[in-house]
Order: sequence, then C-alpha cells, then structure tokens
Amino acid sequence: MIDTGTFFLYLAVMAGVTYLIRMLPLVLCKEKIKNKFVISFLYYVPYAVLSAMTIPAIFYSTSYLVSAILGLCAAVVLSLFEKKLLTVAIGACCTVFVVEYIMQWIA
Amino acid sequence: MTNKQLFTKGLRDGLPICMGYLSVSFAFGIFTVGLGLSVWQAILISMTNVTSAGQLAGVPIMVGGLPLVEMVLTQFVINLRYSLMSVSMSQKLSKRVRFLHRFVIAFMVTDEIFAVSISQKEDLETPYMMGLIVTPFLGWVGGTALGAVAGDVLPASVVSALGLALYAMFVAIVIPPAKKNKAVAGCCLLAVALSCMFYYVPLFKDLSKGIAIIVCAVVSGVIFAIACPVKDEQDKKAEGKVQA
Repeated sequence: MIDTGTFFLYLAVMAGVTYLIRMLPLVLCKEKIKNKFVISFLYYVPYAVLSAMTIPAIFYSTSYLVSAILGLCAAVVLSLFEKKLLTVAIGACCTVFVVEYIMQWIA
Repeated sequence: MTNKQLFTKGLRDGLPICMGYLSVSFAFGIFTVGLGLSVWQAILISMTNVTSAGQLAGVPIMVGGLPLVEMVLTQFVINLRYSLMSVSMSQKLSKRVRFLHRFVIAFMVTDEIFAVSISQKEDLETPYMMGLIVTPFLGWVGGTALGAVAGDVLPASVVSALGLALYAMFVAIVIPPAKKNKAVAGCCLLAVALSCMFYYVPLFKDLSKGIAIIVCAVVSGVIFAIACPVKDEQDKKAEGKVQA
C-alpha cells in the first residue's frame, strides 16, 4: 500500500499530464497541422500503444493462460465482424468465464 | 435549435457512450482495488483522468512506486492521441463557444466523445457538448465505484473473466482499422513483436513496463510514419484529379 501523500502526488502528475495533452491543443490550436510526418505519427501511435499494451499482458489477465488465449480469440473474431466495443468486451469475458468453468469441471 | 434542445440532443448522443463506459470502468475499479488501492482512490483517479488506457497503465506505476518521470512519459505517450483529437475538435467548435468553455470541453476529450463530436454535421455548440459530456463522465465514475466495491463481493471466476474486459476493448478498437488498412495492421504487429521482446527476452525485460510501451509505440509510429505517410485531404484531391 502506498501512503496517501504519495498517492496524491502521483495522481496530480497523472491527471495533470493527461489534462494538458487534451487542453493545450484545444485552447491554443486554431490552425490545422500541416506537417505530414507529425500527422502520420499521431495517426499510428494510438494503435501501436493499444497493441503493445494488450499483448502479451492479456495472457496474464485471467486465472489461466488457456482461458486468456481463448478470450483473446473471441475478442479478435468479434472485432473482425466489427461488433461494438461493449459487445466485444462482454463476448470475450463470457468466453473466459465458460472456459474456466469447463476447466474446473474437468479437473 | 435552442440551448435546451442542443443540450438534450447531447444527452441523447452521450447515453450509449455512458453505457459502454460503465462496463469498462467497472473492470478498472476491480483492477485498481486488486492492486491494493482503496475504493475512494480508484474513484478519484477516474474523476480526474477519464482515460481507460492511461489509467490502466498509470495505476501500476503508482502502486509500484516507479519514478514520477515514468508516469509523465507513459501518460504523455499513451494519451498523445488526444492531442490530435483536440486539434480536430478545435476546428469544429462553433465561434459562439466561449474561451473558458474550451477548458471544460478539453477535460472530456475521449476516443468515443471525439468520434461522436466529429460525426456531427453542424459546428459544436457549448450546450450540446455539455450534454454529450455529462452522462459519460457519470458512467465512468459510477462504473469505477461499482467495480471497486463489488470486486470484493464477486466470485473469483467472475473477477478473472472481467480482468480481460479492457484488453478486449483495445482489441475492438484496433482490429477494424487494421482490417481495412495494411499499414495500421503492420504497425500493430510491429508493436506487438517489440512488446513481446520487452516481456520475454533477457536484458530487454529489465526495462520497466511503462518505458517499454513508450519505446514500442514511438518506434512503431516513427517507422510507419516514414514508410507509409498518411494521405491528407490535398493528396486525396490530387489523386482524384489524376484519376479523373
């Protein structure tokens, strides 16, 4: 457990950086970005971040590796059909739940 | 439309976002309490940040007591996309939006609110934006509170299943554009390969998780920005003329 003072220090930094990133362009920027490299970089970065955050961390997000892998498969298949975020999340979680239930039943 | 009608329209457009946030922030609440933070701390994080990926990456840095500079860099890189969205939104805000109101709207620039705002035909007015923002904020904070509290009550099997929810949502954000655009798919695969390297390969895995994600994203982003630059409006027009 971290102490309360440390918590507020980290919270302030975390929230401060996040807000500045959103606020500065909205308040300052009236011109369109023209630099092609910057536009392209900003276009690719979110996808790279989300991919790197998901794999391999997702494999250790549940009680068993097998259920996580099958949960990921469910999420990928549902996403390929372009289901809504909520549908994908629920479908993947249900897959994990069912797989783990079957695993305990077998064992 | 009157201000009241604009606000009501915003409320209506924001409701589906609110529903989506409830489940995702529920998972965040469970995740955060699971790492040892209190219920009020989880709620406070959601109230002040309102960013799923940023919060998910930030809490382990906080709990692990990693250097503050890592918190700054992680939040900066993960949330950098909001800058681009804010830039786009700044062009779409009506002239009637007061300068001070921009500071409020900026607080709630999220993937989903950005998507809905940009899809509007008219310029964005303050009452519309306030309506659009309010229920997603409540959903985000309320879901966190529920998850943080109910995380203790729910059986382990349910908590285990919900542990995957946020990652599943990331998959759902990434896959559709990757399906349509090979460069996006390539960039994602490169980021995954680098991320696995930082996770499993000796020497590389000594690097902290926060920095590893930054390196993965920046390297993949720079390589693909150089190799496959995004076509802007002028390029598209120019190509159209050539084809015509």
